Amino acid sequence: MSALERAYRDERAAVLATITRRLDGDLALAEDAVQDAFVAAAVEWDRRGVPDRPGAWLTTTAWRKALDRLRHARIAEARAADLAQPVSYDADFDFERSSLDDDQLRMIFTCCHPALAPEARMALTLRSVAGLTVAEIARAFLSSDSAMERRLTRARRKVTEAAIPFRVPPDDLLPERLAGVLRVVYLIYTEGHGSVRGDLCEEAIRLARLLARLMPDEAEVAGLLALLLVTEGRRPARVDDAGALVALEEQDRGRWDRAAIADGVAMLERALRLRRPGPYAIQAAIAALHSQAATWEATDWPQIAGLYAELARLDPSPVVTINRAVAVAFAAGAAHGLAILDDLGADPRLESYLPLHAARAELLRRAGDAAGADVAYAAAIALAHSDAERAALERRRVRV
Amino acid sequence: MQYLLLLTYRPEDNTQPGPELDAEMERWSELTDEMRQAGVWVAAAGLTSDSATTVRAPSGDTVITDGPYAETKEVLFSFIVIDVEDLDAAIAWAEKTPAVTYGSVEIRPMDRLTLK
Repeated sequence: MSALERAYRDERAAVLATITRRLDGDLALAEDAVQDAFVAAAVEWDRRGVPDRPGAWLTTTAWRKALDRLRHARIAEARAADLAQPVSYDADFDFERSSLDDDQLRMIFTCCHPALAPEARMALTLRSVAGLTVAEIARAFLSSDSAMERRLTRARRKVTEAAIPFRVPPDDLLPERLAGVLRVVYLIYTEGHGSVRGDLCEEAIRLARLLARLMPDEAEVAGLLALLLVTEGRRPARVDDAGALVALEEQDRGRWDRAAIADGVAMLERALRLRRPGPYAIQAAIAALHSQAATWEATDWPQIAGLYAELARLDPSPVVTINRAVAVAFAAGAAHGLAILDDLGADPRLESYLPLHAARAELLRRAGDAAGADVAYAAAIALAHSDAERAALERRRVRV
Repeated sequence: MQYLLLLTYRPEDNTQPGPELDAEMERWSELTDEMRQAGVWVAAAGLTSDSATTVRAPSGDTVITDGPYAETKEVLFSFIVIDVEDLDAAIAWAEKTPAVTYGSVEIRPMDRLTLK
């Protein structure tokens, strides 16, 4: 790897964050200026050698490029005056770790601002915080380079034009905005997980690690990192040799990555020491209990049922209730789990909700009601969206 | 940074005159005072809903039509211009308008180029 490639990977996000702050949050201009600086580096470093501190060189060069662009722009004078920044290039940049970290954190909150569309938040975070190239992001989201470039350009323009602030939100906004940031990281992970593409999973974990370093006292940050690490530890067993998804119950636990799971459990313990567990820490605790069980049957079902009950209280959703019903069925008997599902099924909006029918089928089978299970499987199969989903349900149906 | 807040409501759940509407008018008036005291108020007005006229001249000849430029379920009934630090501040003011509970508030940043 050349010095330039290494700088692109290691320094780009920090340079961009610093320049964005110096430009009062003008992310669109900062992105252009940083790109200019890397173009300049390709020429200069080749001719005069790699500078001692590539990050410092890139930052001063990008700042100079930003000022050049401002001067050339039609409104150069007015804006340059607004900025009221000293025009000396080299001396006044703060390359202290703590200052770079502050800018990185501001960048994360800006990229995940709720005024941006959810897909734009993910793409912008991957570009401006994780430092992925446009081509890498386009590939991860099965999009074309040009479409992804347009999405990113539009998002950066909105940050600039709408004046989305470049800052860590004040205390009254922080809980809600931090939840939004964690949601973006979680969605990046599930995007990779759902499509069995590991690259996005790894990026999400890197982002969660960065957040955990920048916000060491936030319990839900530690909770999210724990959840992702434990889930990642099980990923090697999630797909069989033919490429089909394998349910947790049927996974070969010998293939799990024990080191990743242990990392996740340690992070979970940190989260639990910080505060009462939030939704991510609870999900991490559930994932950890599954990962510590030698077999599906030996799982600590009573504790998992209790954790799902707590999760349903904090963050209610049908899928949480279904999971609780399954856990209760294993802990206390299928009839108890079915009673929870029947309550849920009384809601007409869930009539065509596949997971509900699939869970009912499974619990009816365990309760020994073969006819009822068959009817429920048929209902679930009729709702399946993909052939893989249909095939998995058919396989379960024939076991009845 | 100046923002235009476009306030809409849905005519199908139109509030009839009565104590509820009086209470809402009271809240609008309080909000306007609050904006003036905070030094963010620039301009505001209510808009009639049924008397819009749209003018176009696609090929040079003026075409005048009755009604707003686009038929939508939500009707624009008022606008406010505020001058605040950033989008978070604009969102915070939008949240305080009664319109967010029964309609919507669209926040449009005013183009910095046109202000000079």
